Amino acid sequence: MNFDFSDDARTLQDQARRVFDETAGPDAARAVMNDPDKHYDEAIWKQAVELGLTAIRVPEEHGGVGLGAEEACLIAEEIGRGLVPAPLISTMLFTEALLIAGSAEQQAKWLPGVADGSVIGCFGWGEGASQLPSSMPDTRMAKGGLTGTKSPVADAPIANAAVVSYAGEDGPALALVDLSRDDARVTVVETLDLVRPHGTIELKGVEAEPLGTSADYQDFLDRAAVLLSFEALGTQDAAMRMAVDYAKERVAFGQRIGRYQGVKHNAADMYVKGELARAHAMHGAWAFQAGSPELRQAAAAARTASLDAVTYTAEENVQMHGGIGYTWESNCQFYYRRARAISAMLGSRGFWSDRLVRSLENRNAEAA
Amino acid sequence: MDFNDTAEEAAYREKVRAWIAENTKEYEGQGAAKTNEEFVARQKSWQKKKYDAGYAGITWPKKFGGQGKGPMESIIFSQEEGKSAAPTGLYAIGLGMCIPTVFTHGSQEVVDRFVPVALEGEEIWCQLFSEPAAGSDLAGIRTKAEKDGDEWVINGQKVWTTNAHLCDYGIIVTRTDPSAPKHKGLTMFIVDMHSEGVEARPLKQMSGGSDFNEVFFDDVRVPDAWRLGDEGQGWQVALTTLMNERLAVGGKPRYSPDWRALLNLAKEIETVLGPASEQADVREEIAKAYINDHGVKLTQQRALSALSQGKTPGPEQSISKVVVAKQMQEISRIALDLSESQGFVKAEPGSELDRFQSSYFGAAGLRIAGGTDEILRNIIAERVLGLPGDLRPPKDTPFNELKPV
Repeated sequence: MNFDFSDDARTLQDQARRVFDETAGPDAARAVMNDPDKHYDEAIWKQAVELGLTAIRVPEEHGGVGLGAEEACLIAEEIGRGLVPAPLISTMLFTEALLIAGSAEQQAKWLPGVADGSVIGCFGWGEGASQLPSSMPDTRMAKGGLTGTKSPVADAPIANAAVVSYAGEDGPALALVDLSRDDARVTVVETLDLVRPHGTIELKGVEAEPLGTSADYQDFLDRAAVLLSFEALGTQDAAMRMAVDYAKERVAFGQRIGRYQGVKHNAADMYVKGELARAHAMHGAWAFQAGSPELRQAAAAARTASLDAVTYTAEENVQMHGGIGYTWESNCQFYYRRARAISAMLGSRGFWSDRLVRSLENRNAEAA
Repeated sequence: MDFNDTAEEAAYREKVRAWIAENTKEYEGQGAAKTNEEFVARQKSWQKKKYDAGYAGITWPKKFGGQGKGPMESIIFSQEEGKSAAPTGLYAIGLGMCIPTVFTHGSQEVVDRFVPVALEGEEIWCQLFSEPAAGSDLAGIRTKAEKDGDEWVINGQKVWTTNAHLCDYGIIVTRTDPSAPKHKGLTMFIVDMHSEGVEARPLKQMSGGSDFNEVFFDDVRVPDAWRLGDEGQGWQVALTTLMNERLAVGGKPRYSPDWRALLNLAKEIETVLGPASEQADVREEIAKAYINDHGVKLTQQRALSALSQGKTPGPEQSISKVVVAKQMQEISRIALDLSESQGFVKAEPGSELDRFQSSYFGAAGLRIAGGTDEILRNIIAERVLGLPGDLRPPKDTPFNELKPV
C-alpha cells in the first residue's frame, strides 16, 4: 500500500513552499489589499511561472511538463498556505477544463500561454442565489454566441480567457470565452475577499466555443473540488499554526492561554478537522490521478470536509486571538476572508454534502 | 499512490487467507457461546491453532516465541482473521498489552515461565490499572503493595478490568511508596488471579451489559520475582503497556453501524415529505457520518502505508478514537430519532434497530474507555501541536501530601 504522495511531488511542493514563504503570506496579501490599483502581485506570478507552477499540468507538446494530479494538488496546498495573491488557482482550474474537454485546437491555442505565463485563465459558474454549480444556468448559447452574466468570477478582471458554465443540451456544460474580445465585458465586483480580484462577466451574444459535454463538466467539477480542497488545507494549516503560536505566547491570569482546555481543545479540533479533510483530499488526489470511478464521492467528501476544516479554523483563529484578532491590523482577517472565497469558488458546503450523499446512494445501488 | 499490497504482502495475504479458511470451518455457523466455559474453550482452541501454525505473536521477537515479522504481516493476518468466523477477542489485552510488558520488563525467569504459555493461549491475562479514584489520572492510583520478606502484600481495588473473571494472571500497578512523588512511588507486578484474597465482581454497565469487573485485593501475596521493572519504576513500565494499548484500541467496534446503515434506514422511513433520506438535514448527517467514518479509515491507511514502507506513521493517527466514539453516538441517536416512537421501544435482538440502540449505549462508554475525549484532545494539543500542559502541583510533592488546588 502506498497511500502517500511521491517523493518527487513532495520535492516540488517544498520548492513552492520555500518560494512562497519568502514572497507571499499575509504581508503580500495585505499589500495587494491596500493598493486599489493592484489586482495581484505580478512579481509572485512571475516567480511562480519561472518555477514552472503554471506548466505543471500542461502536456509537453504544449510547452508544459505534463505532471499528474499529485503535483497539482500539492502546489494548490502551498498556494492556500501562502494566501498567494496571484491568479494561480484560477488558472489551474482553467487548465483542467481544457485538459478534460478541450479539442486539440483549443488546447494548442491556450495551453502554451498558460505554461509560459502569458495567459491567465479563470472559471465562472455563479449567477446568483438560486444557482448551484450543477443546476441549469441561464447563460445560453445560440449560433455560436453566448449570452448571460457570470458573477462573481475570481480573477476575471485580470484574466485573458474564461471557462464558464452555460445551458448545454443535456445539462450544464462549459464554454470557452476569449476575454480580450471587445464585446466580452468584465467589470470589477467587490466581494468579501479583499485580496483576490473578482469580476462580473457580461456576455451578449459573444462568440464562444463549447468545451466538451455536460459529462465533462461534471468531471471538471470533481477535479476542481479536489484542487480547491488542497488549497483549503493549506489555508487551514496556516491559520491553525497562527492560532497555536499565539496560544503558546499570550498570557492571561498568569499563564499562557494554551494551557486552558477551553483553548487547547479548540486547537485540537482544528487539527482533527484538518486531518480528516486531508485524508479525504488525498483520497481525491488518488482517484483524480488514477481516473477512478470513486472520484465523484472522493471529491465531494474532500470538498465538504475541507470547507468544514478551513471555516472552523478561520473562525476559531479569530476567537483564540481575542480582541487583537478582530482588528484590521491582525492577519486573522485574511484567513477568515479566504475561507469565504474558497467556498464561493465552487459552490458551498450544502451543495457538496448533497452531491456526496447522491454518489454514495448510487454506489450503494450499484453494489446491491 | 495506490491501495494495493506489495508483491510480498499479497503473497503473505494469500497464504494466511488459505490457512484461515481451512482452519476456521469448525467455527462457521456457531451462534454466540452460551456459557463462559464454551466461550473460553472456543477462543483457546483458535489461539492454539495459531500458535501451532506460527501465526501467534507475529511481531514479537523470536526469542520470546514470536515470529519476528513486521507490523504489516500482523495487520494482514488480523484483517483476514477479522473476515473469517474465527473466535477472537479474549487475548487482545493479554497478548496485545500485558505480555509485551512482561517480556520487556520481566526477569528471564518470569519470561520463561509466562510468555510461551500465554502465547499458546493456555493462560489468559488481564490488565489491572484503573481505580475508582484514578481513571484518566492513572498515576493517582492508591492500591498498596508492601514488602514482606521475599514477597509483596497487595491491598486495594481496581475497576474496569476486562475479563477479570476469566483470567489466570494480571499485571497490576501499585503504590509502593506513598511518600515519594506521585509518579515515582509506583511499582508493577504480575498477580495470580486465582490466589487467595483476589475477588473479581462483574460490574454492571448502564447499558445493562457486563463486560468489565471490579477486582478487590485483600492481603494478596506476590513473590518479588514477579516484579516488572525496578521498585519505583512502575510508571515507566505502565507506559509500555499504554503504548501498546494505543496500537490495540482505536478503531471502531465491529458491531457499530456506519454511514451505510444510516442511509439504508433513512431510505426505508416514509415521512409526509417522502423518504427520510431525501430530507436535507438527514442527508447532512449521512454526509457527516461518511466524512468521519471513512476519514478515519483513510487516515489509518496513511499509517499502514507508512508501515508498509518501513516508515513511522505520523501523528494524524491520534485523531481516530476521538472521532470514532462521538460519531458512533451521533449516528445512533440520529437513527433512533428517525425511527421516532419505534426507536424508543426495545428492538428485536439482532435487528438493525437493535444495533443502533446498543451502539447508542456502547458509544457513551467508548468515549471514556482507553482515553476520554478530553484527555485525547489534551494529547493532540500538547504532543502534536506543542501547547503547554495543565498547571499541576510541583512534581516533587510527596503523593501523600498532595491536596486538590
